[in-house]
Amino acid sequence: MILTGADIIVECLLDEGADTVFGYPGGAVLNIYDSIYKYSDRIRHIITSHEQGACHAADGYSRATGKTGVVIATSGPGATNLTTGIATAYMDSIPLVAITGNVSCGLLGLDSFQEVDTTGITMPITKHNFIVKDINELAKTIHLAFKIAGSGRKGPVLIDIPKDITAAKTEYVSLGKSVPESTGGASEEYIEKAVQLIANSVRPYIYAGGGVVSAEAESELAKLAELCDAPVSCSLMGQGAFDQRNRRYIGMLGMHGTVKAAAALNECDLFIGIGTRFSDRVIGEPAVFGRNAKIIHIDIDPAEFNKNVEVNTAIKGDVKKVLAQLCEKVEQKKNAWTAEIIERDCNEPVQKGTSEFPVTPESVIRKLDELTNGEAVIATEVGQNQMWAAQYYTFTKARSFISSGGLGTMGYGLGAAIGAKVGCPEKTVVNIAGDGSFAMNLNELITAYAHKIQIIEIVINNNVLGMVRQWQRLFYEKHFSQTTLDNRHIDYVKLGEAFGIKAFVIAKNEDIEPVLKQALEISKTEPVMIEVKIDKDINVLPMIPAGKPVINPITEIDLEA
Amino acid sequence: MEQEYVLSVKVNNNNGVLLRVAGLFSRRCFNIKSLNAAETEEPDISRLTIVVKGDFRIITQIKNQLMKLYDVHEVKILNDAVTREHILIRAGKSEEDRHKIIEIANLYRAKPVDVGKDSIMLELTGEPVKLDSFIDLLKPFGIIKMVRSGITALERD
Repeated sequence: MILTGADIIVECLLDEGADTVFGYPGGAVLNIYDSIYKYSDRIRHIITSHEQGACHAADGYSRATGKTGVVIATSGPGATNLTTGIATAYMDSIPLVAITGNVSCGLLGLDSFQEVDTTGITMPITKHNFIVKDINELAKTIHLAFKIAGSGRKGPVLIDIPKDITAAKTEYVSLGKSVPESTGGASEEYIEKAVQLIANSVRPYIYAGGGVVSAEAESELAKLAELCDAPVSCSLMGQGAFDQRNRRYIGMLGMHGTVKAAAALNECDLFIGIGTRFSDRVIGEPAVFGRNAKIIHIDIDPAEFNKNVEVNTAIKGDVKKVLAQLCEKVEQKKNAWTAEIIERDCNEPVQKGTSEFPVTPESVIRKLDELTNGEAVIATEVGQNQMWAAQYYTFTKARSFISSGGLGTMGYGLGAAIGAKVGCPEKTVVNIAGDGSFAMNLNELITAYAHKIQIIEIVINNNVLGMVRQWQRLFYEKHFSQTTLDNRHIDYVKLGEAFGIKAFVIAKNEDIEPVLKQALEISKTEPVMIEVKIDKDINVLPMIPAGKPVINPITEIDLEA
Repeated sequence: MEQEYVLSVKVNNNNGVLLRVAGLFSRRCFNIKSLNAAETEEPDISRLTIVVKGDFRIITQIKNQLMKLYDVHEVKILNDAVTREHILIRAGKSEEDRHKIIEIANLYRAKPVDVGKDSIMLELTGEPVKLDSFIDLLKPFGIIKMVRSGITALERD
């Protein structure tokens, strides 16, 4: 069948099962959008307010569904607007295919209108990228892009397609759906080593990262935790990889992890890191990380071994397969320490409101958790809102926490929540934002309304850039430089209304339950927004200062000091 | 312990592959001492010979990070290999210098490739240390210009 390049792109997307794409039209992708018009009964296209939002939406769609997200943007500014989104996906190993238009081949390199070196710019933030200069390579390239995105350690792939290639015609033969390269388990030798270490340990501690979510290895993880009789923590990216209602779960580990997790880290004699890259935000000071423990590291990417932390045994493989191998060999343990630490009262900090602002993020998020039974998909922005969401929501399932962990992209959450809801229409999807992050990409409320994407946007408003303020308080002599936003006077209810979105305010503790219930009800048919007014000095606690040992976290900050 | 390592990297002979490899070194703060790129017996494949300095941990990192690039097929840290480098060097300020330089060249079996009135250009291929000592001997005559190819290397059987 003779097709245009643009038609081939859409045919390939359909072959890959990508029936939903996010994007924004423009000059260099006119042909592609003409095909999207022709194929509109088979492919759903969500136009966002900004290419960045489209990219975050494709990313959120991918995180929530496990499928590869697709985003389309035009050349020049369209492509550069994607970069934050692509880098976000790259840092968190999210499979994404970004398709950008470019000027026609003959105009490349001539500083033509809306021309930019897209492949050059995106080289360090993609697993791989392509520019297609021959229409006969187009279908193969798209097929390969999906394969690369979904193989091994997943990640974004970009295909840059000059406009004349989308107009040219060629014979199209479907290549079908690409099959990701399969990664095997570990060799017996390594499994045996790990089994020995586990057998010899009396205080084993399991730490799971985003790799467990990516490998869909939740049940293997749960089984291994039982066999080892170990307490379990998850990284930020690993939230939901382990059912947090399970008594073994002792909270997040790292800069804003629980006191108990920090204690477990220092007391354990065996630390089992699974599908994790030992981020600096978790390990604090590398030299003393897990100082009393032997460390086993299981990951699909050997480049993570001994990168940030030196480990005793590194096991490369598909996390799901490696855990299954371990589960076969590990004999049931029973550890007195585990029972003790699970029960130990570690005096975890509790948030307190003020007389002017009685509501705390903790109380709102815990109520949301209760009302949604820990089964909502929670997206976040970046900063305090993100940490509070991770700390106070009880994640019970993988793919239910959608957050920019590695890049820390403020403005990520709203787009991502939109993508997550499009991918999982049957689930309750909530974006927990701060007022700073919200202001960055609030334009995507327009998208939520226009496409009737029934998300709940919760803006926790403290009128400050709270996380930065917290650091300024602790480390910069309370010089609150450029972080106080109280000269902004945003009426969130009116703002929501202006976009066609019902909005409510939680200012008193009595508001929390009725407003959340009402929002959950409204979100069955349309998007809804809630502003939560809180005090500007509610800090994220516990806290380990950056680069410091994960020992005795700060649990209280004296505001008078 | 820091030392020099020679990496032999087989890559797709694609547009921009050098940029991908060099970019990876730059953004991960790995130092390249020399890099040589050329085609191999397979037209679609190039071989990069990269000399890097670092400890074993860094070298393992470099190897693993390189292996993640789609265009990279194979990365070998060479232990037992034939390493060769090529140099073009012009030296000498007088006719007398020229004669003395030719004497040194003969010792090293360097070949004159361009002879001027006062100076002479030589080429020499050999182990990098041999090239180093050759350069040292020519220094007193004044080195006008030189270019080293960077190391190429192949594993011994």
